[in-house]
Amino acid sequence: MDQLFDFSPVFDHHEKILEGFEATVRLAVVSAVLSLILGTILVAMRVSPTPVLRATGTFYVNVMRNTPLTLVLLLSSLCVSDTLGILVSDDPRTNYYWFGVFGLSAYTSTFVCEALRSGINTVPLGQAEAARSIGLTFTQSLRMIILPQAFRTVIAPLGSVLIAMIKNTTVVIVASYAEAAAFMKEMFDDYGASIPIFLGFALGFMVLTLPTGFFFGWLAKRMAVAR
Amino acid sequence: MKESGNEADETGSGGPLVVLEKVNKHFGDLHVLKDIDLTVDRGEVVVVIGPSGGGKSTLCRSINRLEPIDGGTILVDGTPLPAEGKALARLRADVGMVFQSFNLFAHKTILQNVTLGPIKVRKVPKAKAEEEAMALLDRVGIANQASKYPAQLSGGQQQRAAIARALAMHPKVMLFDEPTSALDPEMVKEVLDVMTGLAGEGMTMIVVTHEMGFARRAAQKVVFMADGQIVEVNTPDEFFTNAQTDRAKDFLSKILTH
Repeated sequence: MDQLFDFSPVFDHHEKILEGFEATVRLAVVSAVLSLILGTILVAMRVSPTPVLRATGTFYVNVMRNTPLTLVLLLSSLCVSDTLGILVSDDPRTNYYWFGVFGLSAYTSTFVCEALRSGINTVPLGQAEAARSIGLTFTQSLRMIILPQAFRTVIAPLGSVLIAMIKNTTVVIVASYAEAAAFMKEMFDDYGASIPIFLGFALGFMVLTLPTGFFFGWLAKRMAVAR
Repeated sequence: MKESGNEADETGSGGPLVVLEKVNKHFGDLHVLKDIDLTVDRGEVVVVIGPSGGGKSTLCRSINRLEPIDGGTILVDGTPLPAEGKALARLRADVGMVFQSFNLFAHKTILQNVTLGPIKVRKVPKAKAEEEAMALLDRVGIANQASKYPAQLSGGQQQRAAIARALAMHPKVMLFDEPTSALDPEMVKEVLDVMTGLAGEGMTMIVVTHEMGFARRAAQKVVFMADGQIVEVNTPDEFFTNAQTDRAKDFLSKILTH
């Protein structure tokens, strides 16, 4: 019963805990950037006038979005890296880090894509017509007129997608890359599952996710397009 | 790059610039354009008039292919409308369009709205594009609004900015799709004044409007459309005082008796 409320493992191992969160932050930041880029490419495919691109985008999004992240990560690390022997780095930890990032980004980008697509639907048709009428091509009008406005309307929902992604980093352990949650499991094994250890890690995640939410809320207000 | 059409070099009888032949268009079962034949000469101002749902806007929008047509041909400056892609974008750059709901780019300032086309499509250097844009904004009377966003301007100011945006491309012809229909009455005049000025300078214009005063003042030709057909083509004076067709007389009796 005593160990249930024993804070000493948390204080004694705060360096290891921080190390775990450093791994989490590394995963999250790089995956966020990749997901936003890949999500933008996907949405461009999904609204493009070319049927093949549209079909490919739709197929990819529907497959990825409806597959559990654990499976995607296992595919990324075990199948692509181990079985096919594709290595990003000879150092296993770096290698699995990247395949964790790839899996997480491949998955998260589909949610980014769908958020952006709903944003595109809020941009009045007249904006695209005006863009075309001054001679912009489809790609130019998407890049300069439609997507900038779509992005601004979906900043808040994109924040939610990224918060979910930060929490999803805890699944990356299946791709053999250990981050905060894996460290927590390790500490549970070593010292017994206790509330202080849980609180330590839960707080750590909130330190990452709460500001993300506040930041995106603030940004959404600041960038709102007046009509 | 070809010289712009708004230098009144070939005023009046400058030969055909926009030619529509046997143009047909359906929206599902609805036959909105029926065998439309229309020729607009260089420097000519044509006003398209008629009851709602008669196909006026569709006609206007088909000329830069915002509405693709099902049959017939449309020639702009001797070239048939390209189906899509870069060629169509190039043609649209030469055809200015002004919309009923302005459609200024909501996330860009007025100045950026006007310079975007010249910079990205015409590859004009930014400084030169801005200089020209300011001159255009000055001409339409809103140079002091250049750094504001569209939502901060009145409807009349937005529409004048939209006209400046279209003019910045040095179009050969300007299309106006009910440019004053969404404006408060006191703002209609400021937009019509700009349009009358343009007409006076020899710009080729196709204007869908209900503004009879503008038609009388600025147009060389009135095209009366109803039920997807061109019912009558006439001079403004003749049309408003002595319309040839019963359909036109009927329409005019309804709008002129108020």
